[in-house]
Amino acid sequence: MKNITIGQYYPTDSVIHRLDPRVKLFGTIVFLVSLFLTDHYLGYAVITVCLAAVLKLSKVPFKMLLKGLRGILILLLFSVVFNIFLVPGRELVHIWFLSITAEGIRRAIFLGIRLVYLVIGTSLMTLTTTPTDLADGLEKALRPLNKLHIPVHDITMMMSIALRFIPILMEETDKIMMAQKARGADFETGGLLKRAKALIPLFVPLFVSAIRRAIDLANAMETRCYQGGEGRTKMHPLCYQKRDKRTYCIYAGYLIAIFGINRILVAFQILPFLFA
Amino acid sequence: MAIELQHVSYTYSQDTVYEMHALEDVNLKIGDNECIGIIGHTGSGKSTLIQHMNGLVKATEGAILYNGKNIYDSDFALPSLRRRVGLVFQYPEYQLFESDVFSDVCFGPKNLGLSEDEIRARAKKALEQVGIPESLYDKSPFLLSGGQKRRVAIAGVLAMEPEILILDEPTAGLDPRGRDAILTLIRDLYEKRKITVIFVSHSMEDVARYVERLIVLDHGHVIYDDVPKAVFAHYKELEQIGLRAPQITYAIDRLQAYGLRTSQIVTTVAEAKNAVLEWFAQ
Ligand SMILES: Nc1ncnc2c1ncn2[C@@H]1O[C@H](COP(=O)(O)OP(=O)(O)O)[C@@H](O)[C@H]1O
Ligand SMILES: [Mg+2]
Repeated sequence: MKNITIGQYYPTDSVIHRLDPRVKLFGTIVFLVSLFLTDHYLGYAVITVCLAAVLKLSKVPFKMLLKGLRGILILLLFSVVFNIFLVPGRELVHIWFLSITAEGIRRAIFLGIRLVYLVIGTSLMTLTTTPTDLADGLEKALRPLNKLHIPVHDITMMMSIALRFIPILMEETDKIMMAQKARGADFETGGLLKRAKALIPLFVPLFVSAIRRAIDLANAMETRCYQGGEGRTKMHPLCYQKRDKRTYCIYAGYLIAIFGINRILVAFQILPFLFA
Repeated sequence: MAIELQHVSYTYSQDTVYEMHALEDVNLKIGDNECIGIIGHTGSGKSTLIQHMNGLVKATEGAILYNGKNIYDSDFALPSLRRRVGLVFQYPEYQLFESDVFSDVCFGPKNLGLSEDEIRARAKKALEQVGIPESLYDKSPFLLSGGQKRRVAIAGVLAMEPEILILDEPTAGLDPRGRDAILTLIRDLYEKRKITVIFVSHSMEDVARYVERLIVLDHGHVIYDDVPKAVFAHYKELEQIGLRAPQITYAIDRLQAYGLRTSQIVTTVAEAKNAVLEWFAQ
């Protein structure tokens, strides 16, 4: 139970942690765009250096990121293997009916890098931003959508409550599981049907408690006069600091560098040389 | 029939930033037919400690022996330990799940693989012991009052007829009558059924009145393990870790300034009454 990490936050104090959540959200998007626009080794070298720098600044141990990568291992293997064998091009090796091409290898490497960096990049955001901050940032960043009658506040409020409840419900699951084990319940052995049945003593109390908590929370919010986003003020309003503005400048520089490298390589027609 | 904890330590979320040493080098021996109280500040490790006693939590370090056999050995049958050591969790009413009271109490004995008759007999006996009338047997457990739910949940563990019964803060959130009923039940099980009962409590008055042995925890360490009177003699030290002696002890302490003399420390109202009567008689 304790190994599930959703909305995992790594509490420490770093430059990255202190950034405005909107800056980090936007940064993640910039990073993803750059990742998918790059199509040559030099660009990936630049991205790697930048990512390593952010990782270093965030003080998040590399071990934490590896955990997230374990989840996509199978997907990664599949896509890399498919690309190696199925991309047509200049043939290098021929085994039976399969052929490995130079283009295939290049594609596989790029795809692998993209996938791994995608997970690292997004994990870095959730590891350095508390769920509450993230929801706050989303709410403010998406505020223009209010004009289209999309209830941004309500959606982000639901999101942050859901995120807030995950650890509570996991702890509760743990407790009820132990209590039923103490009464001789067996969750680990038996066939599929027996195991599914064994979950009833776990799920019934869990749902009862989740509903009870939801009612309590709704009452508590109502007694504090909560009535949605209209006219609501914040205790800690999000406000861009100097460091946030500087970070936006860095993003601009980063994007220019990535695009620049792309253009220059194309212009000088040295792409084939770099692919070798 | 004995549980022995040897150098038991337990760390929550080991090797992460949330690492928390809940127990450190705990050594205890629990024998036959004892009545034991466990007290300690919130977060001192009481719940963690009792969850070790039936093997629900595995100690990070140290060993737990049940009748001389290490319960962490691969050939040790943990289910049989859980049958002999009954554990009632804090707020046990949150574990109820069946559609009626009687079936819920049957859950434990059913897991033991007993015959249908035996299961029903045990459930009935357990419900009688906790004072739930037959008229409630068919009711949904979710419709009972808080105190009734608590008693049904305790019956659920009692029906397994454990040799050691452990209860985590069984009186938390109950009114005085509900509290007395549960404490009397605990005492009855100890005196009449001759089993060992252990309960966690925040009330010094309750432990002074009901237990014969008192274990005090502080930051995961066992700092006292003695008869209540001997433990409460250290009331100055207890105050430093956020606990205290029963209030009557302080009252008698004050009276000593006016000439009251007692042969030993007073911890219950009954003892105080005798001491005061003796003082007046002189
Ligand atoms: N599931 C858990 N995960 C992490 N830490 C926990 C968990 N349960 C308890 N703790 C911590 O372990 C310590 C001891 O907790 P506990 O045994 O519940 O104390 P008590 O029952 O005496 O109040 C506390 O500091 C608590 O925060
Ligand atoms: Mg506790």
